[in-house]
Amino acid sequence: MTDNILTVSDLKKHFVIDHEGTVRRTPVTVKAVDGVYFTVKEGETFGLVGESGSGKSTVAYIAVGMYQPTSGTMYFRGEDLFGNPKGRSMTHKKEIQIVFQDPGSSLNPRSTINSILELPLRIHQPEKERTKEVLRILNMVELPPEYMHKYPRMLSGGEKQIVAVARALATDPSLIILDEPTSALDVSVQGKVINLLIRLQRELNLSYLFITHDLSLMRNVASRVAIMYLGKICEVAEASEFFENPQHPYTQMLLSSIPVISDEEEAVKPKKVESIGEIPSPVNLPTGCSFHTRCPYVMDICKQVDPVMVEIGPGHIARCHLFEQPGTDIGQNQSGEEQTGEEANDLRSAETASAALAKGD
Amino acid sequence: MAEQAVDLPGTITDEELKRLRRDSRRENLGRAWYKFSRNPLSIVGAVTILIILLLAIFAPYVVPYPDHATKPFTDFANASLPPSSEYYFGTDEIGRDVFSRTIYGFRFSITMGLIVLTLVVPVGVFLGLVAGYYQGSRVDTFIMRITDIFLAVPPLILALAIASVLEPNLTHSMLAVSLMWWPWYTRLVYGLASAQRNEFYVSSAEITGASTSHILFREILPNTLSPIFTKMSLDMGWVIIIGASLSFVGLGVQPPKPGLGTMVASGAKFLPDQWWISLFPALAIVVLVLGFNLLGDGLRDMFAAEEV
Amino acid sequence: MPSELLLDIKELRVEFKVYGGILKVVDGVNFKVYQGEKVGLVGETGCGKTTTMKAVLRILPMPPARITTGEIIFKDQDLMALKDKELRKVRGSGISMIFQDPTAALNPVFTISQQMEPIIQNAAPENKNLSKGELRDKALIPLKEVALADPERLLDSYPIQLSGGMRQRVCIAMALSTDPELLIADEPGTSLDVTIQDQVLRLLRDLVNRKGSSVILITHTLGIVREMTDRVYVMYAGNMVEVAPTRKLFAEPLHPYTKGLMDAVPKLTGGGIATGIPGRIPSYREPPSGCRFHPRCSHVMDICRREKPPGYLIDEDHEVACFLYGQNVDETEPQATTVP
Repeated sequence: MTDNILTVSDLKKHFVIDHEGTVRRTPVTVKAVDGVYFTVKEGETFGLVGESGSGKSTVAYIAVGMYQPTSGTMYFRGEDLFGNPKGRSMTHKKEIQIVFQDPGSSLNPRSTINSILELPLRIHQPEKERTKEVLRILNMVELPPEYMHKYPRMLSGGEKQIVAVARALATDPSLIILDEPTSALDVSVQGKVINLLIRLQRELNLSYLFITHDLSLMRNVASRVAIMYLGKICEVAEASEFFENPQHPYTQMLLSSIPVISDEEEAVKPKKVESIGEIPSPVNLPTGCSFHTRCPYVMDICKQVDPVMVEIGPGHIARCHLFEQPGTDIGQNQSGEEQTGEEANDLRSAETASAALAKGD
Repeated sequence: MAEQAVDLPGTITDEELKRLRRDSRRENLGRAWYKFSRNPLSIVGAVTILIILLLAIFAPYVVPYPDHATKPFTDFANASLPPSSEYYFGTDEIGRDVFSRTIYGFRFSITMGLIVLTLVVPVGVFLGLVAGYYQGSRVDTFIMRITDIFLAVPPLILALAIASVLEPNLTHSMLAVSLMWWPWYTRLVYGLASAQRNEFYVSSAEITGASTSHILFREILPNTLSPIFTKMSLDMGWVIIIGASLSFVGLGVQPPKPGLGTMVASGAKFLPDQWWISLFPALAIVVLVLGFNLLGDGLRDMFAAEEV
Repeated sequence: MPSELLLDIKELRVEFKVYGGILKVVDGVNFKVYQGEKVGLVGETGCGKTTTMKAVLRILPMPPARITTGEIIFKDQDLMALKDKELRKVRGSGISMIFQDPTAALNPVFTISQQMEPIIQNAAPENKNLSKGELRDKALIPLKEVALADPERLLDSYPIQLSGGMRQRVCIAMALSTDPELLIADEPGTSLDVTIQDQVLRLLRDLVNRKGSSVILITHTLGIVREMTDRVYVMYAGNMVEVAPTRKLFAEPLHPYTKGLMDAVPKLTGGGIATGIPGRIPSYREPPSGCRFHPRCSHVMDICRREKPPGYLIDEDHEVACFLYGQNVDETEPQATTVP
């Protein structure tokens, strides 16, 4: 059983964006992440899929320390990432790095490639000779040494993103969060960046948390995939199972909507689930299951009760009332009585999710 | 030049590295000049300022009658003469050469501009960076409220107040102008810095564990330089005008020193008959300020992001 | 039954003057759209597709852009010869455009109705005398056509109050409100989520089919082109390299660039990611000699470096600009592409 490099448990991030009313001033919250559980194993690529408002980028930003979670925990190799009130330790800053989506804004336009790469070296590996290290890293990502003195605007989108990868590598990390690393790039360049990432993972034994909305891409990079909707995870499975046997209605909707370029791919898409209506605003989440407003299989219970994670196969879990059978539900307290309401939901969620994930190892 | 992605040998000599850096510097300068020179007026501005600067620096060697400007001098035999080949701008009511005094007048104006900006810009920019980066915190509130207070004081009143407490001269008028000028830089940089702190390159530096001073001065500041430099160039013009205005009302450069504003004031009573005594110093102010404005436009173009 | 030729772009060349020289961005482009058809224009960032379309509507910044040669004929009128006032009449009811980013295309300080009313007013001469109420009623029609809920309230909303999908639909409504004969849609789904993009594109296709308008769909996403268009042009570095009916292009891509592009797209069936096409798009200041794709082409021959390939007609409706297909095939004049 491989170790877990990242363990996320009941992670929540709520943003207070405004206050309503003049006297009472009730806070208006966006529940960007609202109870997320998953683990990333050492050396694997764990995929996180979702559309806008899903909270996937928020999860990424929490992982890398840009946000503090409202509640819940995130452990890196058993150490609490948010345990120290003074801030994240330098070791954690070194070990967990990120590549952002937009290469245009993730590199300082006024800095040369050299100074961009030097910064992490200066902080985390001050003993090494910097120029040599920068050249070594450029070589590792297959960029010519001349690029040292160039400014980001002189590079193509793909090259900029490769520099962003190089910058992440400069601290010698163990876990890299990749937030839509190729979404802003042309398809003919994506391959280069992705294959570079795959090669580096093999050579340096890296773990990746790979976030994207591009399911076709995810199919080819991730070993396990989780799909998020409005702050919660809907389904998690091994990649082949996820794509060949998607169970959650949202997963099916998403998979059936993606444009593909060959008949073979059309054949593996699930039957078309019509996308109805708008994605609800995260400020005004629907009651019960937040997907119920767009779900073709909506039942009465969906409008009132948020479903819990249920195991539907080895290493395959989904959160939907369609799968709640009396047998698989393990959210009962010691006396065997079924608990109801919010409390029961949380309890069931936590236990089922971690049990299912643990079993899937 | 279609470049193939190269699998490179991995070694590069120090010689080559130095050459690369030199080449890239040269290219950056070339681009900067291109952008600057697109508008010919920018070059006019730059040349004008350059000429005036040289004249001002080498005034003692260049000017026909340096003593008229530097020492108490009277020559009533040659007083109030109109412009001629001997006295290019004519002479004033006590016989001093207006041209020589005007050139020396540039010295006061430029000194004022330089000293005020040298004091004001570092302080204002620093406060703006800190307040902007910590936007929303008490540091921000503290700094920006003080800025607001200084902005609320009418500048001329401030100058008068200082003049009544301390004696009126160039140094004290520079002090007055500095005290009322720094908040504009703080305001400017505050907006720029607070916008930038959400940029991903700043987040990246924070994630990696960079120090706050690195983030302020190496990540944020370089991206605020272009509006700052442009403003500085235009401010030279403004400070000069304000300095001349203060001299004009008697608070700045005191006679017999040849401040441009002072000269305009003392020559005003001889208008319109001996027009040259006031007019040339006034024109000098106009040319100096216009030069800095055109230069400022050019700097703005030079720093503008390239489109294609 | 052959349809009428609606838009005919012949040998269009567009240059940009910048630091260090001239960028020859659009390099002799030939492009046709027939009545009632949906044509895709596929190409990657910087290939010149948006520039070409902006040249049609003459919304390029000129300078630094300059159209050096070419004809743009819309329904027997050479758009290049028209003065601004006459061209304005063509924009709107003749040719309409939807831009890539609906947020940038809508003015944030005006309500939707304030932005739609002038468009409707200028759409037809008789609309100039309509009252505010009548204009508003006219504006409701296209909003309902794009399946927007509560169009009355929407008219009084500001763009910021709408979601991305709604904004894109408003832009589509605005573009179609003038009943244009030709709609140019520049990356209409790119800034939207996949499920919303799917909705919006289907809507666009249905609307266009119903009204009989022609569409030029510009995109870099091959999957969208496959689902939405009848015929596809593939563009690279300022040149059209291949054009064919959509089914045919995907079944049998001929040009090495097209093939490379299709290989590079990750497949839902798995199988790993191809390395893509080596190299990068060429500089427009000193473009490669001969065929602009030759430095990156795995099938490059001597002639490719010397001469620019003409369009070779294969099977009467499939044209490819590549010397690989040059033997024993009729060389085409630029106008030889026929309608399926």
